[in-house]
Amino acid sequence: MQNLIDIKGVTHAYKTKHGPLPVLDNLNLAVPEGEFAAVVGPSGCGKSTLTRLVAGLMKPDRGEVWLHGELVKSPRKTVGMAFQNPVMLEWRTILENVILPLEIVAPTMPKAQKEARAVALLEMVGLKGFETKRPSELSGGMRQRASLCRAIVHKPDVLIMDEPFGALDNFTREDLWQTMRDLRAKEPFTCVLITHDLRESVFLGDQVIVLSGRPAHTQYVLNVDLPADRTIDILYEPKAVEMLHLLRDQIRIAQGRDGDIH
Amino acid sequence: MEQLQKIGVPLAAIIAFLAIWEFIVWVNGWPNYVMASPSDLPAAYAKFWNLFLVMGWQTLWRTILGLAIAVLFGTLLGMVMGFSKIARDALYPLLVGFNAIPKATLVPVLALLFIGQHDFNTVLMAFLISFFPIAVSVGIGLSTLEPEYRDILRALGASRFTIFRKIALPKTLPEFFGALKVAVTLAFIGTNLVEIVSPHGRGLGALFKSGETNGDYPLMFAVLIALAFLGIVLYYGVVALEKIFAGWAERPAS
Repeated sequence: MQNLIDIKGVTHAYKTKHGPLPVLDNLNLAVPEGEFAAVVGPSGCGKSTLTRLVAGLMKPDRGEVWLHGELVKSPRKTVGMAFQNPVMLEWRTILENVILPLEIVAPTMPKAQKEARAVALLEMVGLKGFETKRPSELSGGMRQRASLCRAIVHKPDVLIMDEPFGALDNFTREDLWQTMRDLRAKEPFTCVLITHDLRESVFLGDQVIVLSGRPAHTQYVLNVDLPADRTIDILYEPKAVEMLHLLRDQIRIAQGRDGDIH
Repeated sequence: MEQLQKIGVPLAAIIAFLAIWEFIVWVNGWPNYVMASPSDLPAAYAKFWNLFLVMGWQTLWRTILGLAIAVLFGTLLGMVMGFSKIARDALYPLLVGFNAIPKATLVPVLALLFIGQHDFNTVLMAFLISFFPIAVSVGIGLSTLEPEYRDILRALGASRFTIFRKIALPKTLPEFFGALKVAVTLAFIGTNLVEIVSPHGRGLGALFKSGETNGDYPLMFAVLIALAFLGIVLYYGVVALEKIFAGWAERPAS
C-alpha cells in the first residue's frame, strides 16, 4: 500500500543569533492512508517543526516530504490543522468558525451546504445546540471540539494536530480521545498527532513514533495492535501497560541524549 | 431601570460638575472677566445661537473629515508597519519624532504653504494630529497576531490578503477603536488650533478668539462648553460604531 505521508531523510536547522540550531536530523516517517500516527518525544525536540513541514508551511533544509505521492513545496488545501490553542475567532459564532476553511477551499459551495456540513460535524462531537454561541461562551474542552470540527470540515486527506489536548484536564482529555476515535470511524482521515501524553499516543495511535532528543531523528516505531474500537479501559490491560512501559523506556533514552535540557 | 441608570448617572455627574463650578465662582466672588459661571452661559447661547450653529457645524465637519483621512492613512500605515519589519524599523523613529513636535508650531508652516486655504489647513491639521495612535495600534495589532491564527488559513493556501481580511483585520478592530477614541479628541484639538491661531478663521475656535478680543468672557466659556459637547457627541458616535463592528470583544460583566 502506498504511504499517504512519506517523510524521507528530513534535516532542518533554525538560524539563531548563536548560529544554526539543528532541530531535525535525518528524520524518516511513513504513514499509510487512513492510519493514525502519534509522535512523542522529549520537549523541544522539534515535534512542532515536523507539523509545519507536513503542512507545507516551511521547507526543510534537506530531505523530502511527500503527501499522496506528491512532493510538498507549499501549503495545500487537503490539510487540516489543530493546535493546543483552539484558535477560535472570537468575532464569529461557533458555526461560522467551523465553516472558515470551506470559505477558502470551496468558495463557490452554497452557504446552506457549508452550514449543513458544519452542523453535522458539531453534532458528532456533542456540540449540537451551540452553533450560534460565541467561543467565549464555551469551555476549553468545547472550544477544542469545535476546533477539531473546523480542522476536518473540508474533508482533508491529512489531519495534523499539535498537542491539541495538552491544555485540558485529564477527564476532558479522555472524553476528547473518545470523540476523536468516533470521528475517525465516521470520517476517515490520515492523522499525525504530536503529543506529550504516552497514554494518548497508545489510545489513539495505530503507530507511535518516538523521536530522539534534539536534533530529532526517528528513534523507535511501535505498532499498536489494539482493536480500533478501543475504550479507555484498554489502557489498564496488560498489553497496553506493556506498551506504555516500553515507550517510557524509549523516552528515557531520548532524554538521555541531551539530558541537560529540561 | 438599567437604561435609566445608563443615562442618569452621567447626567447627574455633569450637573454636579456645573454646580461645583457655579459654587466656586460664587464663593470667590469672581466677576465675569475673571471667570464666567454656568449661569452666565444661557445668555451667551441665546445671544449668539446662530453663530454657534454655523461655527459649530464648520468645526464638526472639518474635524470629521480630518479624522476620516486619519483613519484611512493611519490604517494603511499601520498595515505596512504591521506586515513588514523593515518598514516598522524605518518608520517608527520618524513617526515618534513627528508626533513629538508641538502641532502649534506647524500652524504658521501650513499657513505659509497653503495661504488662505483655511478649510484645507484645518482639515490637514486635524488629520496630522490624529493619525498617529491609529497607525500605531493597527501596526501593533497586526504584528502581534499569534502565528497559529495565520497558520490555520495559510495551511490551506490562503493569500496574504485573505488572511488579512478574514483574521488580522477583525482581530485588530478592538485596538483600532480604542485608538479612534483617542484620535477623536486629538482631531478636535487640531481643528481648533488652526481656527484660533489663523487670522480670519472660522469655526468655534474663531468664535472663541472673537470672544477674547471683545472681552466677552461668558462667550468664551460658552464656546468651550460647546466644544466639549461636540467632543462627547463624536466620542459616543465612535462607541456606537464600536458596538456594531467590535461588539464581540465586550465580555458580559461578571
